[in-house]
Amino acid sequence: MPCLLVDSSSIDPFTMMTYNPSMLQELEELRAGALRELQGIRDLKEMEAWRVRYLGKKSRLTQVLRGLASLSVEERKTTGALANEIKRQLEESLSHREHTLREAHLAARAGESVDITLPGRPCPVGRLHPLTQTIEEICGIFATMGFQVAEGPDVEWDYYNFEALNIPEEHPARDVMSTSWIDYQADGKRPMLLRTHTTSVTARTLERLEPPIRVIEPGRVYRYEASDATHVPMFHQIDGVAVDKGITMADLKGALYEFARRFFGADRRVRFRCDYFPFVEPGVEMAIECAVCHGDGCRLCGNSGWIEVLGAGMTHPRVLERGGIDPQVYGSFAFGIGIDRLPMLRYGIDDVRLFYGSDLRFLRQF
Amino acid sequence: MKAPLKWLRDYVDITLPAAEIARRLTMAGHEVKDMEVTGSDWEGVVVGQIMEIKPHPNADRLTLPTVDLGAGQETVVCGAPNLRVGDKIAFARVGAQILDPATGKLARLTPSKIRGVVSSGMVCSERELGISDNHQGIMVLPPDAPVGMPLAGYLGDTILDLDITPNRPDCLSITGLAREIAALTGQSFRSPDTGYEEAGPEIGRQVSVTIADPALCPRYCASLVNGVTVAPSPPWMQARLRACGMRPINNVVDITNYVMLEYGQPLHAFDYDKLGGKVIIRPAREGETLVTLDGEERTLSADMLVIADEGRAVALAGVMGGASTEVTGGTTSILLESASFYPASIHHTSQKLLLGSEASARFERGISAGVSGSALRRATRLLVELAGGKASQGIIDNYPGRAEIAPIPLSAGEIKRILGVELALEEIAGALSSLGFDCKADGTELKVAAPYWRSDIRLTVDLVEEVARVTGYDRIPMTMLSQPIPRHDPDPLIALRQQVRQGLACYGFQEVVTFSLVGRATLERLAAEPRPLEPEPLRVTNPMTADQEYLRPNLRGNLLLALSANRRHESGGMKLFELGKVYLPREKMLPAEPYALCGILSGARTERTWLTGDQPVDFFDAKGVVEGIFARLGIEAGFEPGEDEGLHPARQAGIVVAGERVGVLGEAHPKVLHAFEIGEPVYLFEVDISALLPHAAAIKTFQPLPRFPGTFRDVALLVDAGTSYRQLYDIIKGFPLVSQVALFDLFTGGPVPEGKKSMAYRIIFRAPDHTLTDAEVDEVQRQVLGRLEKELGAVQR
Repeated sequence: MPCLLVDSSSIDPFTMMTYNPSMLQELEELRAGALRELQGIRDLKEMEAWRVRYLGKKSRLTQVLRGLASLSVEERKTTGALANEIKRQLEESLSHREHTLREAHLAARAGESVDITLPGRPCPVGRLHPLTQTIEEICGIFATMGFQVAEGPDVEWDYYNFEALNIPEEHPARDVMSTSWIDYQADGKRPMLLRTHTTSVTARTLERLEPPIRVIEPGRVYRYEASDATHVPMFHQIDGVAVDKGITMADLKGALYEFARRFFGADRRVRFRCDYFPFVEPGVEMAIECAVCHGDGCRLCGNSGWIEVLGAGMTHPRVLERGGIDPQVYGSFAFGIGIDRLPMLRYGIDDVRLFYGSDLRFLRQF
Repeated sequence: MKAPLKWLRDYVDITLPAAEIARRLTMAGHEVKDMEVTGSDWEGVVVGQIMEIKPHPNADRLTLPTVDLGAGQETVVCGAPNLRVGDKIAFARVGAQILDPATGKLARLTPSKIRGVVSSGMVCSERELGISDNHQGIMVLPPDAPVGMPLAGYLGDTILDLDITPNRPDCLSITGLAREIAALTGQSFRSPDTGYEEAGPEIGRQVSVTIADPALCPRYCASLVNGVTVAPSPPWMQARLRACGMRPINNVVDITNYVMLEYGQPLHAFDYDKLGGKVIIRPAREGETLVTLDGEERTLSADMLVIADEGRAVALAGVMGGASTEVTGGTTSILLESASFYPASIHHTSQKLLLGSEASARFERGISAGVSGSALRRATRLLVELAGGKASQGIIDNYPGRAEIAPIPLSAGEIKRILGVELALEEIAGALSSLGFDCKADGTELKVAAPYWRSDIRLTVDLVEEVARVTGYDRIPMTMLSQPIPRHDPDPLIALRQQVRQGLACYGFQEVVTFSLVGRATLERLAAEPRPLEPEPLRVTNPMTADQEYLRPNLRGNLLLALSANRRHESGGMKLFELGKVYLPREKMLPAEPYALCGILSGARTERTWLTGDQPVDFFDAKGVVEGIFARLGIEAGFEPGEDEGLHPARQAGIVVAGERVGVLGEAHPKVLHAFEIGEPVYLFEVDISALLPHAAAIKTFQPLPRFPGTFRDVALLVDAGTSYRQLYDIIKGFPLVSQVALFDLFTGGPVPEGKKSMAYRIIFRAPDHTLTDAEVDEVQRQVLGRLEKELGAVQR
């Protein structure tokens, strides 16, 4: 065992290491102690502490390795070789132990199972009303065809609901749309009413905008009617109007077919037939094939095989003129869709009053 | 409108199956709602002829008729009093289904022994065949009924039930529909027979007609038939009237109804002897009275049109005849009226008197004045033929309202421009001609004159529709709009509403949609103490029910009703919202219709589960939702004491944005809840969504992420119980280097002295340009605590 003198000049100011004749022995002891400790380590946190203690910057081993320069060549050789060997061994053991521990840990966790059938921690679940969902869906479909949404007042002047739409006083169509009137002291002759259709917004749109126009107008409409499974005094419609040079009834059919295809699916046939609305000419009714009987006729479709979806037509020249648009220059089509019927058809809802009853047992289904 | 196919066949050959006819009519604008096949349940019933009648050996009231059935004869027992040898009757064979008059149910006929004589079959009454309620005797068929023919073939029919649109009053008639069928199936229309022998004296010498106001009565036609015998009309006419839903009365009335159904033109028969020869069509005198056919005495006003003789009103024009000139059993001379009245006037009279009739309904829809003459001749012919009358020579035809309508131009180009389909001019002309239009070629366009029965054709587009519906809407292709998409200017309020709705759904709220109309009681219940509604909400003049009378000025009432209704079948946490318009009256203008949001919460915050408890919701649940929604919108909201009369006075807050009150939140007042029959605390919030629009940041500005770490300090402070969170917050937050302040603990009692509370805040300090040292943070914290102590007396615990 070499014996070295302690010389103050050989003290390394950083490592505070002095050459110690028993250093090799100390290193051996350190190795034995470290390896013993390592075997006792049970978790990763302890392991990190062990690493810092034996392999960290301030560990004895690092100190020894850093202090090698101050040793003689001979000592450097023996001590350095041993220290490096220990370092490598400790690193390997650490890595091995770490691996073993991780494996053991994983193996242990594999046993900690949860009952995956237990219900999860409840998250709030809110839903939009089926009519809101339907309106957004329809607006979305028409938006891709360049239509933008406009709105108008529910409480309307007679003018926009009737006059401007080619429905003068005493027109038989007024009787069909039984009107709720507003109790209001009119100075002039401007009766106020609850709009009977969102076509009133079309009258306003034509007045407000210059062509080209593509607008859809969702909203609430009102009829003076008693409630039953198919009637409510207030329901929803969406009207639409397109005005531009060269718009034809073929464009009307194309746009409405596109709507039907996307809303009801491509497998439902669509039928366009003549119908009458005072604000269009020619007038159109669009129906889709009954989903239940596929056109053969059943109870749902009143044996016709078809289910009426909307009314439409080429905007009447007088209606365009009222809006300041020259019917000789511009082509225009308009349509009106009863919104409530659509989710009724889609989901098989048999009573329109359910939409307005706020019954959570109903609303939660959508 | 009901149209029996057999009647239609009188005027057009029907070569296609009924279902195809129905389809074509529907496609062309006359929706066939229903098709009724009559006689389909007369299986085993055939036309028979009575050959002889023997008395029943054991019963005086019964007879034993022998019936010829073509192939064979049957002798049966019969109790009917009106059997006559030679009569054609309906004979039910054994096995036939007939209506048992005793039970009113269908039963299968079996052989039976009646007073010792076996009867195998039955001579039927109308009741037993389900034709009418008549069970007085057996039904006698017309002499031309072919013996042996199944009754369904002879009397059965297919009846179309159509929805006729308001623009086509001409199609409220058999001839109108026959014309449509002719055009749609390539057949020709045959006009009804209107000829008759004019055997009597010249009508002009017996009747004069004066029209006071041609605008109200553009045409008045009349004929005179003397020597009629009022009696039941023939069975075939009765059957047709019944098939169309009308009740047979007598031959004269039935003829007027029959011709009305045939032509769409209402007619009226006066007893000429009661009326006299002077007919005046004039406005009623104010206060003039008239007893109408229904026996009611009506007081008339000057805005009603009457038919009068020299002295008094004898009929309400176009609405109902008068009792004084009614045709009765003894009537022998009939003055027949076929006129045209101004639709609005008829509508007005009918509404004002609350008196509607088949005639008034038809006049209101506007019948072409052109039809009056032919309808009159047709009815006169039938009177002569079926009521044994002698018609006077000529008719009265007073037609001051005759209008010449200029032909309408129509070109193939115009068809293409509107329909988007190319049609040759010949095809266009062919389509229009098939409907009775007169088309004259004029260079590249047509000059088209509408037939006299069409009152709805005025513009070129009206012709375009006629062409389209005859050639078929299926001929028009489907194209996508090819023009450039117009400039898009979305309404920002729509997107804002969507954001709010989606936010609330995320927070677990169920959206509801309630009626805009509410009852006064609902609105009055919203105030804890009774007070007048201010401002008075808009009222509907003609409410259907009391709970649909006022336009809602808020959403709260409907939501409380919704909660209350749901509580009947559901306990637990409930969170509902509606985002919709409210209606606020304005002077001389349409009401303001801002979009409002109302949300309500009640019951447990979360359902009780194995992981969660079921604590009830409180004020801060409602406030948290409001804060969350505003945070999503990027709007800073403040809260100040509120004074809403429907909310608990000490647990409510006004919501303020940029100094403007935009809403309220709080606990519903217990008295209000009581009024809505809700027995638990309810928290609600209301926000004027339209008012938020100017504050919602359209474009959010980006803040760079902090480059240096923050440091936090937790401080627990003892303050007076009346000190608010906000007071402390504002002071702390006002210091430089303080980036966030959060209250994490609040309590009273225990170690906290009476009148004090403990509030613990976590303060996060951060500098934008360096990592703060402990010394810097200590210094700011010292200053913060100093200020808090000085201004609020807060002491660190």
